[in-house]
Amino acid sequence: MAERVIEVSELTRTYRTGGLFARSRKEVQAVRGISFAVQRGELFGLLGPNGAGKTTTIKMLMTLLLPTSGSARVLGLDVVKDAQQVRRKVGYVFGGDRGLYERLSGLDNLRYFAELYGVPPKQQKTRIAELLEMVGLKGREKERVEGYSRGMRQRLHIARGLLHRPEVLFLDEPSIGIDPVGARELRVTVRNLVEQGTTVLLTTHYMFEADELCGRIAVIAGGRIVASGTPAELKSNVSTGSIIEVDVFGLPPGVESQIRGMPGVRTVVVDEREQAQVLTVHTEPGTEMAPAVLSRLEGSRIGKLITREPTLEDAYVELVAAA
Amino acid sequence: MKILRLLGISWWLQLKMRSRSAFDGLLSILWPLFFATSVFLMFRQGAASGPALLSAAVGASVMGIWSAVSTTASAVLQMERRLGTLELLVAAPRPFALLLVPVTLSMATIGAYSMIVTLLWGRFVFGIELSVASPALFVLSTLVTVVAVAIFGFLLAVASVRYRVAWALGSTLEIPVWLICGFVVAVGDLPAWVQPVSWLLAPTWGMAAIHASAQGRNPWGDIAMCLGLAAVYAGVGTVLSHVMINSARAHASLALT
Repeated sequence: MAERVIEVSELTRTYRTGGLFARSRKEVQAVRGISFAVQRGELFGLLGPNGAGKTTTIKMLMTLLLPTSGSARVLGLDVVKDAQQVRRKVGYVFGGDRGLYERLSGLDNLRYFAELYGVPPKQQKTRIAELLEMVGLKGREKERVEGYSRGMRQRLHIARGLLHRPEVLFLDEPSIGIDPVGARELRVTVRNLVEQGTTVLLTTHYMFEADELCGRIAVIAGGRIVASGTPAELKSNVSTGSIIEVDVFGLPPGVESQIRGMPGVRTVVVDEREQAQVLTVHTEPGTEMAPAVLSRLEGSRIGKLITREPTLEDAYVELVAAA
Repeated sequence: MKILRLLGISWWLQLKMRSRSAFDGLLSILWPLFFATSVFLMFRQGAASGPALLSAAVGASVMGIWSAVSTTASAVLQMERRLGTLELLVAAPRPFALLLVPVTLSMATIGAYSMIVTLLWGRFVFGIELSVASPALFVLSTLVTVVAVAIFGFLLAVASVRYRVAWALGSTLEIPVWLICGFVVAVGDLPAWVQPVSWLLAPTWGMAAIHASAQGRNPWGDIAMCLGLAAVYAGVGTVLSHVMINSARAHASLALT
């Protein structure tokens, strides 16, 4: 049986707002008794909308927040009692522009964090050079970070998070704001890390990213895990059948409601896209609705028609909407 | 050795970061000169001369060190919050106190530079004779004062880990410390009830050591008191940093800006 490196049991975190003189105090339950486990070498995804509790969960595992109740262990160490030891063995990379010293060069940032994370002095130079090469910042390392693009900053973040060769890496929306080429490079980097044995816990809003990278996924909404499994399992649990997307030029009035009323149709959404309307029809499982939908569109000019199986995004939207 | 290396490299990189802004650099030159000019003019109005003017020059120069640390030490963690690096410092496996001391030490170093500027200003603009009886002890006393002020700054900064508005603490203490640590007014001239408070503050003893070495008296007792109090501050600050970080983890205040 594979070794469990992250074990979360009934973890809860409540935020209390309101100061000493505040008229009212508010409690927000960000994480409500979640449990999951991540095995060594696994890339585990935590998906959920904004405010679902993803970052709060990662911060509790990173020892930056104390849980309100429940327990969490990373590499067998308790995140509350053994915080200092946990910090030696985990890395944390988050998305966005923050988390770097702008007035220092990329190299100085890495030198500083190498000291902070206790990288042995004799290894620092080679480790930093290796990481700069890996994230594609070699040759730009002596420039100040304030002149870096967002993609460069994000790559520097990743290098920083890997300086001390963490056994477990927490990636909190690492591809946010990065251009498609940069995001693709990032995915390659993450996949390589996993191949080298690093266990990764990833949060992201990009479903294709999670689908491409994650071995298993937990969908979190309203502080609770609403589903978990492999991407294929999550997709197979989607209650809709195939999805029909048709580009229609001039959708006649009333046709949308006629299609909605057809037996076997679950939902219909119409998006205006330039001169065309894109009709998206979610059908019941086991039905073949494309001919019937097309017959309702007779007389209209039809462009592209696609019939596809549900994606991870469809599964995610359904799970989150039902939560 | 590892700790010294961590302190040294962190101090150097923090100093590098803080000395990169031309605007900050200009302020570092001008600011202490305003203190010094005010003090020199006050002493001149009072017909002070000779050792009294030298004492004023030395006092004004230490004011610069203290002001550089007090006004910025608490604010520095607020800056770390804005940069998003505070969480990374806390998430580092090294004790937080060891990461914070080089930050305040870098500020005290900038303050020490203001001491040199102030003394030269006094010499060339106000014609104050800089006759230091024991130059080696004077330098040592100054270094000890810089370290003690940095550790005092660390003690002030620790509270900012938990409380965002604690940055105001340093600014609030800036002028009271000028008054009660003997920078400009001798501690003996203060009301009797204030003097015990002065004795608890390391800069008082650092200032006394600098005066003693400038005037050719024995500064060792003052140096020992200054270092002893700094060690106490370091101990209290270390314990307090644990308490504040745990409180910040419980109250989720590390990521707040």
